[in-house]
Amino acid sequence: MREPFPTRFSGWGRYPVLPGRSVQSESLPEITGGAAISRGLGRAYGDAALPAAANDIVASSTLADRLLNFDSTTGVLRAEAGLSLLELNRLFLPRGWFTPVTPGTQFVTLGGMVAADVHGKNHHWAGSFGQHLLSLRLRLGTGEMVDCSESRDPDLFRATIGGMGLTGHILEVEFRMERIPSPWIWSETERLSCLDEMIAGLKAASREWSFSSGWIDSLAKGRHLGRGLLFKGRWAESTQAHSTRPPFRRGFRVPFEFPNWILTPWSMSLFNAAVYWRHPRRISRRVVHPQTFFYPLDRIERWNLVYGRDGLAQYQCVVPHAADNGPTRRLLELAVSLKVPSFLTVVKDFGAEGKGWISFPKPGITVTFDLPLRSGTAAVVARFNELVAAEGGRVYLAKDPFTTAAEMRRMDPRLESWLEARKRWDPRGRLRSAMSIRVMGDPQ
Amino acid sequence: MKVAVLGATKGIGREVARLLAERGDRLAILGRDRDDLERSRGDLSIRGQADVAVAVCDLLDPSTFGPALQESTDQLGGLDCVVVTAGTLVLQERLEADPSLAADLLTVGFTNTVLFCEEARRRLLASRGGTLCVLSSVAGERGRKPIVLYGAAKAGLSRYLEGLDHRFRLAGLKVVCIKPGFVKTGMTAGLKPPPFAAEPDAVARRVVKAIDRGEAEVYAPWIWRWIMAVIRLLPRWVMRRLSF
Repeated sequence: MREPFPTRFSGWGRYPVLPGRSVQSESLPEITGGAAISRGLGRAYGDAALPAAANDIVASSTLADRLLNFDSTTGVLRAEAGLSLLELNRLFLPRGWFTPVTPGTQFVTLGGMVAADVHGKNHHWAGSFGQHLLSLRLRLGTGEMVDCSESRDPDLFRATIGGMGLTGHILEVEFRMERIPSPWIWSETERLSCLDEMIAGLKAASREWSFSSGWIDSLAKGRHLGRGLLFKGRWAESTQAHSTRPPFRRGFRVPFEFPNWILTPWSMSLFNAAVYWRHPRRISRRVVHPQTFFYPLDRIERWNLVYGRDGLAQYQCVVPHAADNGPTRRLLELAVSLKVPSFLTVVKDFGAEGKGWISFPKPGITVTFDLPLRSGTAAVVARFNELVAAEGGRVYLAKDPFTTAAEMRRMDPRLESWLEARKRWDPRGRLRSAMSIRVMGDPQ
Repeated sequence: MKVAVLGATKGIGREVARLLAERGDRLAILGRDRDDLERSRGDLSIRGQADVAVAVCDLLDPSTFGPALQESTDQLGGLDCVVVTAGTLVLQERLEADPSLAADLLTVGFTNTVLFCEEARRRLLASRGGTLCVLSSVAGERGRKPIVLYGAAKAGLSRYLEGLDHRFRLAGLKVVCIKPGFVKTGMTAGLKPPPFAAEPDAVARRVVKAIDRGEAEVYAPWIWRWIMAVIRLLPRWVMRRLSF
């Protein structure tokens, strides 16, 4: 079946749900010709991989998942864009190789990792995924297939990293894997009682640890504001690690959509307090499974159903560093004052800005809120954006479905030049998504 | 085990070849498109950390069958097992509108698959036996409205494999007939998945197990054995009214 068929699409947040046409094949060159956007495993929360119109074609990449080349001396790997990180980890962790950058789920494709220019717990020294990319094969909006890299069409290369799939369909990805001393993680968890401690802890961890991130009890306020747990880790040396290989695990599935009333401010505050107090000691250390460390939520398949019929959104932004942690404090205070019912709130200090023309990360503190969708969620995002723009921060496009084109322009002056560049490779504007209409101001 | 797989670049065949490669079997992959074969060769040789042989073989052209199997045997230094997963699915409405499509479907799905199996059978029997594993389908178990021709080809194929098993099992040829239900592959993309629709890797694991055990007839997933048992019992006046 190579004919597009009508279906409905939504992202991981299950909002919005939009009609479009889908096409799927093991061969991406075969199906990307007339498609408006590519879609991988659909883990972007909002509308990044959703069609802009009911007649638009969405090319599903997940069947195109072949490894094409691997050099076991340099670690350079080339694969089709639909290869999942799950499969990559399954094959390469036991061999002593790992992706240089991993997001918080392994249910993503390589193409998606490039398009969103994903970052992970090692951003403070490794940067985002784009930093480790060597070359890409793309199908442009004109139908042409091209290779690009730092030396060949570097503009196209940089515009595609973090370009949300809007500069061309990503067909093949080549990047450098990282050698690891063992397939286990040596981790340390520290309980911290306020925001200043948390940010100081993150910055200290950046100097000594490969991986770090913080979880914040989003319902704590006043002098407890920003209290939470700081997770630190590095690959265990072979002397510290278990002598066995980590077993490859599958999680359990959320069996059905939960009713909306499960997640109330009351139940979430209970959950958050429980997580905080579950760590009785200030510091605990142990050797953990990399899947537990990097992908705690992957154990629960379809966890988005917990958020009920209305779905969820994430809101992730980065605000600049400041000696008094003012920007981050004001953001968290705003969340508390808006009674944002964030189930999981995550903080991380970012390292340098990467290659991606409009990539999200830049030096500062990034904060992520999980938001159950309610009628007021769009207004909450608008309030957040107002503050983030004023602080000189910006938002991650793969997350919330509400940020507007005007807000995006205010937060990201790079957008204008990127849009001009994009026009050069796709003069007729064939590539588009529901997101490009919403945040880039593409014509409807 | 030295295995030749026809159809290893796509769908269930791709997953079967991956499982075999990852556990250390020696592979030759056969297919029509050399570029596509080379890409799968890359995939399988990285997974198996061993070289994979490639031979061009087109199910529309029986003259390619012998040379392709010979080349596989030469490169592997023998042949223990032949797996056939290649096939096409075209919906009934389109076949009815275009007789040449119907001719191709019947030729590829039945006549030439049988001719390929005959070629494989001769070679396996000539070298002290082996396993011939072919993907048929539950579609061949009962005449059904949306897949009259596809089902007929698969019915013929299943019956051929049954006969082959009866005739040659004692001579050392194990014939394994796999009958998958609906599997979510590129071939079925766009069709509404029915209940019990399976992922290709799950079916592939069952295929490999069937090859190892030399099982003559396997439904994958297993539930289809019982579903089809019921469907075979449905009277014709019911089948005429059902749309599936």
